[in-house]
Amino acid sequence: MYNFEFAKPKTVEEAASAMAAEGAQALGGGQTLLPTMKQRLASPEVLVSMTGIESMVGVAVRGDTLTIGGATTHAQVAADAADLYPGLAALAANIGDPAVRNRGTIGGSLANNDPAACYPAGALGSGATITTNTRDIAADDYFQGMFETALDEDEIITSVSFPIPEKANYQKFDQPASRFALVGVFVAKTADGVRVAVTGASNEGVYRWTEAETALSASFSEGALESMSGNLDDMIADLHGSASYRAHLVGVLTRRAVAACG
Amino acid sequence: MAADGGMGHATKRREDVRFLTGRGKYTDDYTPAKTTYCAFARSTVANGKINSIDTKDAAGMPGVVTVFTGEDFAEVGGNPAGWLINSRDGEPMKEPKRPVLAHGKVRHVGDAYAAVIAETLEQAMDAVEAIDADIDELDAVVNMVDALANSTTLVHDEIGTNQCFDWGWIEDNRAATDEAIKNAPHVTTLELVNNRLVPNAMEPRCSIGEYDPGTGDYKLTTTSQNPHLTRLLISAFVMGIPENKLTVHAPDVGGGFGSKIYHYGEEALVLAAAKKLNRPVKWTSTRTEAFLSDAHGRDHVTKIELACERDGTFIAFRTETMANVGAYLSNFSTATPTFLHGTLMAGNYTVPNVYVNVKAVFTNTAPVDAYRGAGRPEATFSLERVIDKAARELGMDPIALRRKNFIKPDQYPYASAAGLEYDSGNYDALMDGLEAAADLAGFEARRAESAKNGKLRGLGINSYIEACGIAPSNLVGVLGSRVGLYDAATVRVNATGNISVMVGAHSHGQGHETAFPQVVADMLGVDPMSIEIVHGDTSKIPFGMGTYGSRSLAVCGSAVFRATEKIIKKATLIAAHMMEDKPENVDFEDGDFSVKGTNKKVSFGDVALKAYIPHDFPLEDIEPGLEETAFYDPANFTYPSGAYACEVEVDPDTGKVDICSMIAMDDFGNVVNPMIVTGQVQGGLAQGIGQALLEHGIYDENGQLLSGSLMDYAMPRADDLPNFVVDHSHATRCTHNPIGVKGCGEAGAIGSPPTVVNAVVDALQRGGHDVEHIDMPVSPARVWEAMNG
Repeated sequence: MYNFEFAKPKTVEEAASAMAAEGAQALGGGQTLLPTMKQRLASPEVLVSMTGIESMVGVAVRGDTLTIGGATTHAQVAADAADLYPGLAALAANIGDPAVRNRGTIGGSLANNDPAACYPAGALGSGATITTNTRDIAADDYFQGMFETALDEDEIITSVSFPIPEKANYQKFDQPASRFALVGVFVAKTADGVRVAVTGASNEGVYRWTEAETALSASFSEGALESMSGNLDDMIADLHGSASYRAHLVGVLTRRAVAACG
Repeated sequence: MAADGGMGHATKRREDVRFLTGRGKYTDDYTPAKTTYCAFARSTVANGKINSIDTKDAAGMPGVVTVFTGEDFAEVGGNPAGWLINSRDGEPMKEPKRPVLAHGKVRHVGDAYAAVIAETLEQAMDAVEAIDADIDELDAVVNMVDALANSTTLVHDEIGTNQCFDWGWIEDNRAATDEAIKNAPHVTTLELVNNRLVPNAMEPRCSIGEYDPGTGDYKLTTTSQNPHLTRLLISAFVMGIPENKLTVHAPDVGGGFGSKIYHYGEEALVLAAAKKLNRPVKWTSTRTEAFLSDAHGRDHVTKIELACERDGTFIAFRTETMANVGAYLSNFSTATPTFLHGTLMAGNYTVPNVYVNVKAVFTNTAPVDAYRGAGRPEATFSLERVIDKAARELGMDPIALRRKNFIKPDQYPYASAAGLEYDSGNYDALMDGLEAAADLAGFEARRAESAKNGKLRGLGINSYIEACGIAPSNLVGVLGSRVGLYDAATVRVNATGNISVMVGAHSHGQGHETAFPQVVADMLGVDPMSIEIVHGDTSKIPFGMGTYGSRSLAVCGSAVFRATEKIIKKATLIAAHMMEDKPENVDFEDGDFSVKGTNKKVSFGDVALKAYIPHDFPLEDIEPGLEETAFYDPANFTYPSGAYACEVEVDPDTGKVDICSMIAMDDFGNVVNPMIVTGQVQGGLAQGIGQALLEHGIYDENGQLLSGSLMDYAMPRADDLPNFVVDHSHATRCTHNPIGVKGCGEAGAIGSPPTVVNAVVDALQRGGHDVEHIDMPVSPARVWEAMNG
């Protein structure tokens, strides 16, 4: 690890001014960033921790919308959203291991946008809104490919708002070593239709499986998908699974998510 | 006296108190005053010509004390292979030099070519980045078939080939085996891969060199399973430091699994640096360095044939194996695929013909060497997979086929067709125990229940034999070993009656500090807690060969036994003197010496005190003191064996395998501490299941390690494993060592991989899928692909 400065602001405003410094890097729970720094693969000059900003921590519900502070840990979401948005709480409860869940934050996960992370599927599948210190970004606009997002360099995710669907479920098939998603599928049924978001499978990062959405919006049942598989284009192929295996899993997990929605 | 902590008692491990309360002292916990820190520059290419290494900028960096390159070690010796293997044509194996630092060429990703010593680790790492290495990347040889076919791209140019040796065992049996297979009514053939494993001990390697300019003494503190062997290699082969000027100390070691048997270049480097600087030099491996530079395990590609009669009677096993040795010969790398593999290729069976051909192959990958089981898992996997396939082809029950060919209890000692003499065993008794424990009658009902849940259930059976207690020196000498494989112990009874036992074995998870005192306590009738084991420090212990090959108790424990016998003999002389009678009239029982037919009695403690206060000793007949040393060299290997069963459920939608049950019936001979034995088997099972389902050291065609971190290399976790049933009650005593023990450290890792794969194939077959074999790791993707063509 190279040397760096460390800032732990108390407010979003302080954080924004700290982030304006040259080489500043926002730090959530550090579950990806710190190992990367330890390997000397990242060398931020200033780490700006978000976890001391009280207004960015917590889970609240207003009407049909669940809002999660950007610095809220997975463990807190798993506990506090369990009754409010069980599909999302279950997703949070199955990220990594207890150590990861007690450190990792939703803002950190979404800002990193790992192509195999769970939260991007939850956010895109729910049609969430990512709120930063400067603007609101719809999930459909936010995710722009593997590790790519709509965030500006110094932009801070302050909260994420999830419209609470009628039903939702996330199915993750573990990559055996990392236990990130080899493939993960988030299905949400809302009054406006069905959204299906897939993580882990594509070289383009998290994406919406529109064919499945169309089929499920017409009939929300496993049968509506028959033996559909994900589109082979741009599927990840690596030592843990071929493109066709991942495409197959996309179909299997989507059907399982629909079944689990009841 | 087994009642209170002697032989057979499930005493809790005393060392766990310090380990579980964070008071273990590992190598990296030791930082002598004025320590400097070492970081290595390692190759990022698998094969490369070193044109130049410019260290000028690095040497000028803040805190840098010195920089080494391969040039600095060009004149010192190479790190040798411990076994000389001759090819079928009588030619000795090719043995290219393994230098301390790469010189002229780098030969695998992670091959160290320079080292920086600095005041802090960060400074050393910064300076490594400032080294300007001009290295031309060359084509790499990674795949063994390509390596053998390729005469232009060589790992070692000077030997003109990528083949280390082409070994036949037993060469004189080759023609008869070929003939038997040609004429056999049925031949089952199977091609398989024994996957490369990365050891991943929890504690990475660490070495600290010290030099005392006042005395000229060197000290190496290092993560080693066998400090005396490391000292011998450094003294006799690499550095030429006299053994009496070099202490090697391996303190608490956090797991080895084979990877810490070997001497590595980093150890020589920190010693050389300490001498040059007159300051201690510490190197601690990162996890990344461990992946790239620890000796890996397994990596065989094998074709095996089983010839049999129509009724299932075995006629012959013929095996052709390519064994990857990586870029350099690690110390045991040539023994593992040969004498720890080929000699076991008769398994538990009365097969008359066995022939094994092994070609060892250099590739541009990390060195491969012994890893928990070492050759015997490879042998067992090949045998027990092909037997399962034969059972299917013959329409026989896999248990019945094995039983038909088992060596029977009245056939011992049994000379196997692969050249070993098994001393004892009872494979039918193990299988009886297994069948009872596995509730085979209930399998169909369990399978139906699984089917209701959409899962395919399968049952896997396996029986294994291994050669442990490594090893008789006279036998391994014939087989090519350059060292003896005895062990040694000194029992020192102190004046106040407590006892220090100095042993050549090294405990890095095995529980020696608890088990060895049980043996001594049982013999002397004293409290085991009054006995302390001293190990790991060449300045304190007799010359022993360390711990690997499930040898500690069978070999070193026997040395402890023999030394304790000498103590009893000497103490009897002293007791006789104290009771003014003849030694032959003195009995020793439950810690007391008494004169037959009298009420004269002295305790062991009284005798110990007397030994050190010999005011009235007849000094011509009795020396003062009570301390004895014994070296023990076994007459034979020991032969643990077992029968294993496993049930799995396969999810046909995803290919995921869940292990529902795993039963291990092992014959370890006598058992000193059944709790420790159970723990050893459980750990071995976890490791074997890791190999079967999860672990894979996999290189791409350029020699980059794709599974080079724990993000891609899958280690077994608790939720990957079922509750194990472990039973070692069906025991037959080892006939040739004084404790009657066989060794248990590797059994689980040997017995479980074929059991799991047999179960998966069985599940798929019963589910209507025509799948004959899936290579390990049997990952979800591989199972799904096997099911879907």
